[in-house]
Amino acid sequence: MNWDWQIFWDSFPRLLDGLVIALQATVVGYLIALVLGLVFALLRRSRLVWVSAPVGLVVEFIRSTPLLVQLFFLFYVLPQFDVHLSTLMTGAIGLGVHYATYISEVYRAGIEGVPQGQWEAAKALNLPARRTWTSVILPQAIPRSAPALGNYVIAMFKDTPQLIVITLPEMLTTAQGIGSETFRYPEPITVAGILYLATALVMSWIARIFERRFGTVRAA
Amino acid sequence: MTEPSAAAAGSPGEKATTDDGFIVFDQISKRFGKNVVLDDLSFSVGSGERVTLIGPSGSGKTTILRMLMTLTKPDSGTIRVGEDYLYHEERNGELVKAGEQHVRKVRGRITMVFQQYNLFPNMRVLRNVTEAPVHVLGRSQDEAEERAKELLDMVGLGDKLRAYPSQLSGGQQQRVAIARALAMDPDILLLDEVTSALDPELAAEVLDVLRDIAKSSDITMLCVTHAMKFARDVSHRVLMFDQGKIIEAAPPAEIFDDPKQERTRTFLESVLDET
Amino acid sequence: MSAGLWNYMFEGLLVTLQLTIFGAILGLVFAFAAGLARLSGNKLLRGMGFAYTEAFRGLSALVVLFWLIFVLPTVFGVQLAPLFAGVLALSLNIGAYGAEVVRGAVRAVPQGQIEAAIALNFTPWQRMRKVILPQAVVAMIPSFSNNLIELLKATALVSVVFLSDLTFGAQLVRASTGNTAGTFGLLLVAYGLIALVFTTLMRLLERRAAASLGRTVPPGMIARIFRRTEASA
Repeated sequence: MNWDWQIFWDSFPRLLDGLVIALQATVVGYLIALVLGLVFALLRRSRLVWVSAPVGLVVEFIRSTPLLVQLFFLFYVLPQFDVHLSTLMTGAIGLGVHYATYISEVYRAGIEGVPQGQWEAAKALNLPARRTWTSVILPQAIPRSAPALGNYVIAMFKDTPQLIVITLPEMLTTAQGIGSETFRYPEPITVAGILYLATALVMSWIARIFERRFGTVRAA
Repeated sequence: MTEPSAAAAGSPGEKATTDDGFIVFDQISKRFGKNVVLDDLSFSVGSGERVTLIGPSGSGKTTILRMLMTLTKPDSGTIRVGEDYLYHEERNGELVKAGEQHVRKVRGRITMVFQQYNLFPNMRVLRNVTEAPVHVLGRSQDEAEERAKELLDMVGLGDKLRAYPSQLSGGQQQRVAIARALAMDPDILLLDEVTSALDPELAAEVLDVLRDIAKSSDITMLCVTHAMKFARDVSHRVLMFDQGKIIEAAPPAEIFDDPKQERTRTFLESVLDET
Repeated sequence: MSAGLWNYMFEGLLVTLQLTIFGAILGLVFAFAAGLARLSGNKLLRGMGFAYTEAFRGLSALVVLFWLIFVLPTVFGVQLAPLFAGVLALSLNIGAYGAEVVRGAVRAVPQGQIEAAIALNFTPWQRMRKVILPQAVVAMIPSFSNNLIELLKATALVSVVFLSDLTFGAQLVRASTGNTAGTFGLLLVAYGLIALVFTTLMRLLERRAAASLGRTVPPGMIARIFRRTEASA
């Protein structure tokens, strides 16, 4: 066994800084995904085929191609159009757009889960379409989607190591940095792995509690 | 073939007296949570006897069948089938919990037809009937197929061998399920509300098949049903269940025409009202 | 683009397909082993299955890959062939998700099917092999199809470390042609097309399997693009 405990312990502070950056990217990305996901879901329900079909194509395309390549694309291509963003924002947008395609499916299921009778009741009350959505359908659909939405926070956090390719100093990037400074890779990478796993487990534990307490609220 | 009780079934009023203790339930209790389903129940069934279990839902009838099929374990008490205990085996003169080997040996004499048919959707009709005879009884494929075709002819489905269960009506599926059960050459056939999921017309075709089987074989049958006319036609004895106990046991003519218990009378009236 | 550059892309495509296919095969092995272990009556097996699924669903394949490449050789003296390290990291990861699919599908087989198998006196192993798995596998295919696309996407991760897959090939092309937007755009389209081929193949498999149980099949990728509203049941 070739192992240096000194480097192992010394890696923690800097890697924790990386963890904070990873969490920041997750939070910002998640907010983007929540909003954009809803936009996707609503546009795909449009009665106009020239709206719903292209949006559908884009969503399916983004979802079935690698996040990593999408990150490259944003990182190298945006500056060509004179859009200059911090790496954190680029990463958050990459994560957010990618996961919006998943989250739109969650909303879709939530919307389809609202009983047909609710639509009919709204019609019987002669509510305008916008009002039907904002005060009848979405308030029922979104809580229904909540448990599944929680799982995507974890999935997104899990994908933050990919931000290494746009040089965002999250954990894996930091671990590699420590490695190239000390010529010792095993310890910082193991520490990073432990921190990823611990954070993901804590997140899924919180998600489970959340699901148990609020998951079935209003489902009846 | 010993069928001493056949006469009893044909002639109402005469008692089926030939209880040779083929199946014996001894002090069986079962509770689900707080709900007592069977309460210290003891009774026996003779070989070749056909017994119908009636009573309100939740009175424990189905639990009896499921225990015999080893689908529900009793909390206490013993069940004996022929020489063997179902959940216990004798070792050095003591009753101990039976191993899988022993359970399978005893269970080999019993089979069941379910309310929801439970055909295997991944197998065609013929294979549904041959699979267990080949892989459990060790029959040859040819032998099993020949017998399966006979049985499927008997239940009127000789032309559906290649169909998948999902392509059949409920009544047809249930008749396949009956053929599948008979293909195991059981000594004991359990019928658990086999027509409850069917429209009256489809139920009738299933009951006709069962009537024929009852007439032409000496299989011991335990039957839970709400089809009272059928119960009267085929059974030697009817057991009336209420709250986990047998409150009345008599030949069908007696129990249907002249019930001794008030509870039996009100139950029968309510069932007749339904239909 | 010169022929040499096309060669890089083509070789990259082969590596990507190899990673996906071998990763899927090994991933299936992990998925069934861990999924069935979690349903086992044996506490130790259940615990191992649980630990595996929880750990690898909590880790990015990229982190596992880093670990296999940077930690395993130095600390334990085990040097894996690059392609194998890639396949192993990807399959450990996808296998953990697959295990949940296996577990869910097996548990979703109606109780009545198991009871019928008991009534016909099948052994526990026969019940699993003849009754439960044939039905559960059909139910697994749609989820496996999604897992396969996730796996395909994850193959791009190996380019970060060392393997010259499709993404790596594109990097070379970009470096020498200077056409960044075009190269990455093309690369994304290439992945999208491979995904389409895989989904279509899985769809065919699903249709075949579902037909054997007399079930209908939900819409595929193309149908999903055009789907707007589905009447709720």
